[in-house]
Amino acid sequence: MSSAAQRILPLSLAEVCFGAGGRAILDRVSFELEAGPATIILGANGAGKSVLMRLMHGLIRPSSGAIRWSDADPERLRRKQAMVFQRPVMLRRSALANITYALGQARVPRSEREALAFEALESVGLPHLAHRPARVLSGGEQQRLALARAWALHPEVLLLDEPTASLDPAATREIETVIKAFDAAGTKIVMATHNLGQARRLGDEVIFLHAGRVIERAPIDRFFAQPAAAEAAAFIKGELPWK
Amino acid sequence: MEVKRILAGWLAALAVFPAFGQSRFITVASTTSTEQSGLFKHLLPVFEKKTGIQVRVVALGTGQSLDMGRRGDADVVFVHAKPLEERFVADGYGVRRYEVMYNDFVLIGPKSDPARVAGGKDVLEAFRKVKNAQAPFVSRGDKSGTHFAELEIWKAAGIDIGKEKGPWYRDTGQGMGPALNSAAGMNAYILADRGTWLSFRNRADLGIVLAGDPRLFNQYGIILVSPEKHPGVKREMGQAFIDWVISSEGQRTIAAYKIGGEQLFFPNAGK
Amino acid sequence: MGSLPEALYGAASLIASGDATLVGIILLSLGVSLSAVVFATVLGLPLGAAIAVGRFAGRKATVVLLNALMGLPPVVVGLVVYLLLSRAGPLGSLGLLFTPPAMVIAQTILILPIIAALCRQAVEDAWIEYEEQLRSLGVAGTRAALTLVWEIRFSLLTAVLAGLGRASAEVGAVMIVGGNIDGVTRVMTTTIALETSKGDLPLALSLGIVLITLVIALNAAAYWVKEAAQRRYG
Repeated sequence: MSSAAQRILPLSLAEVCFGAGGRAILDRVSFELEAGPATIILGANGAGKSVLMRLMHGLIRPSSGAIRWSDADPERLRRKQAMVFQRPVMLRRSALANITYALGQARVPRSEREALAFEALESVGLPHLAHRPARVLSGGEQQRLALARAWALHPEVLLLDEPTASLDPAATREIETVIKAFDAAGTKIVMATHNLGQARRLGDEVIFLHAGRVIERAPIDRFFAQPAAAEAAAFIKGELPWK
Repeated sequence: MEVKRILAGWLAALAVFPAFGQSRFITVASTTSTEQSGLFKHLLPVFEKKTGIQVRVVALGTGQSLDMGRRGDADVVFVHAKPLEERFVADGYGVRRYEVMYNDFVLIGPKSDPARVAGGKDVLEAFRKVKNAQAPFVSRGDKSGTHFAELEIWKAAGIDIGKEKGPWYRDTGQGMGPALNSAAGMNAYILADRGTWLSFRNRADLGIVLAGDPRLFNQYGIILVSPEKHPGVKREMGQAFIDWVISSEGQRTIAAYKIGGEQLFFPNAGK
Repeated sequence: MGSLPEALYGAASLIASGDATLVGIILLSLGVSLSAVVFATVLGLPLGAAIAVGRFAGRKATVVLLNALMGLPPVVVGLVVYLLLSRAGPLGSLGLLFTPPAMVIAQTILILPIIAALCRQAVEDAWIEYEEQLRSLGVAGTRAALTLVWEIRFSLLTAVLAGLGRASAEVGAVMIVGGNIDGVTRVMTTTIALETSKGDLPLALSLGIVLITLVIALNAAAYWVKEAAQRRYG
């Protein structure tokens, strides 16, 4: 559904700052995101990843600086970028109804909603749970449902904020499989994580955040083999003490 | 949507309210003592069966009833405070005052009778005794006909009760029943209308200590609220009620009302 | 209180007797209070939810005011509605004074703040959990408020029951705007007040027990319906 006519990428951030309660959380962050490579926002807890994700998604506004998508129309922007949070929040309805709710919000005609919702459920492997109350699903299933809900509108960009941080390894694997599939289908993946293994499995490039600043940006293999910045090296070492 | 269905159902259900859609009725403002005596339950069905007009009685104090008449919220006023009623008509709020019936007040007191009132025939003397003995006395204090009568007696006895009252005088601001309850609880004297006293169940240690003094007669009047002041007043139906109450049939019905074999109200219309 | 066993027995015999007048009074009480609850719910839930998710100037003052209005004295509400509906008042031509609809109006005004304020609190608590996700989906404002009300509908039942409790318990408002007219606007609470004022305390107490039993039964029914619905719809 991404019309070839107007794409929202590239996204450009220019000198974006964000402060709260007197503390600077993001400091002069600037980069451009292009279609294609899966981008990992990597960093320790407290580095500012979640805030950055929310700024890009439009949930919060920067204290200063500019965030510019290529399409400024807010309606189209809403439909073309979707976000999955660390903890999925489902409505007290069936799994299918959660997706049709989101489709309804995007003004998809009523007659098409159910079919699209089923399609989305199939893409994450949950069609058999369509009529189960969403809130009784397991953590991993709910997160897959959240992915399906985000995917149902076939967004151009999929933002993911530490989507597997609360899940066990099996569920994590399932989620990663789905993300890889979406990536292969052409959706731009932007994912925040502090999990190095996950970054390697899913990412094509890394933007490394440290204390609110972009310290390094590099293709995935180069970043892990030869991190340019000292903080990046320390981070990699910290996470993998045997390296 | 669900909400619309509920609302529609409710609107339809409104029809079960007996008052809804009933247009042949009049509103009569009367006093609590009259209603609590049970007179209306006895009197009104006769009128309603004869004319098909439902009589809705709002029972408040005399003051409040006349106030209701002034606001036009009642069609007929039926109270027992002649000077106030006459002023009501003189001020243009009522068309004409008709006398209907009288009952009497009785002085109630504790069996121990600390003011030595029992056996007397003069209510003024009795009130003086109560004040001198500083015996507990409960006043209704609510602008009712009974309250008004009580104040008149103090005045006639030569006592300026506003200035001369003490802690023995309990101004409760209540209707007849609650005031009797208070008097029973305090073992106090109290002026009450015979009707309410006869139906009152919570007597404790109280009894009638004085009755029969002509000053204790309580005259009832009935007045149609002026349609000139309030065009919404139901003139024909209201007048029909008044005409019936003072007719021989109405008067007979009033006289026939008894509690425990005792007649409560003595009709005296046109006398 | 020696009269309590006597009153309990009195209450039981009242219920068993099926006395027509009493039945009429009970039906009227239920009709008036339940109608008021329906109106106050339809108006109050969206109002409370809108305040909960809204961001507007004077929001904090609005919340404080709404909470304070939960304590509206019934007799004051009755007085104000009386003055409005009196023939001498602005809405007198409607002829509503001393009728059950007037009582419904007064009780609706009385319990609207209770339902709205409790809903506001519940929705505000839920908003903390849902806000981010809903805004991410582009849901805001009215749609968000209504979605949340539907989401927490079972918890909102308590707010509605609080309103019902207040309505069925109050006597000040219905007494003034209804006039306690025998057979027309006499409800349980005004009957109890009347019997008390007549000095018939045992009867008043028995009626009080009947009223409380009624309210308990209503609450039990509501709870049972809620449990059943929750099991079916999760």
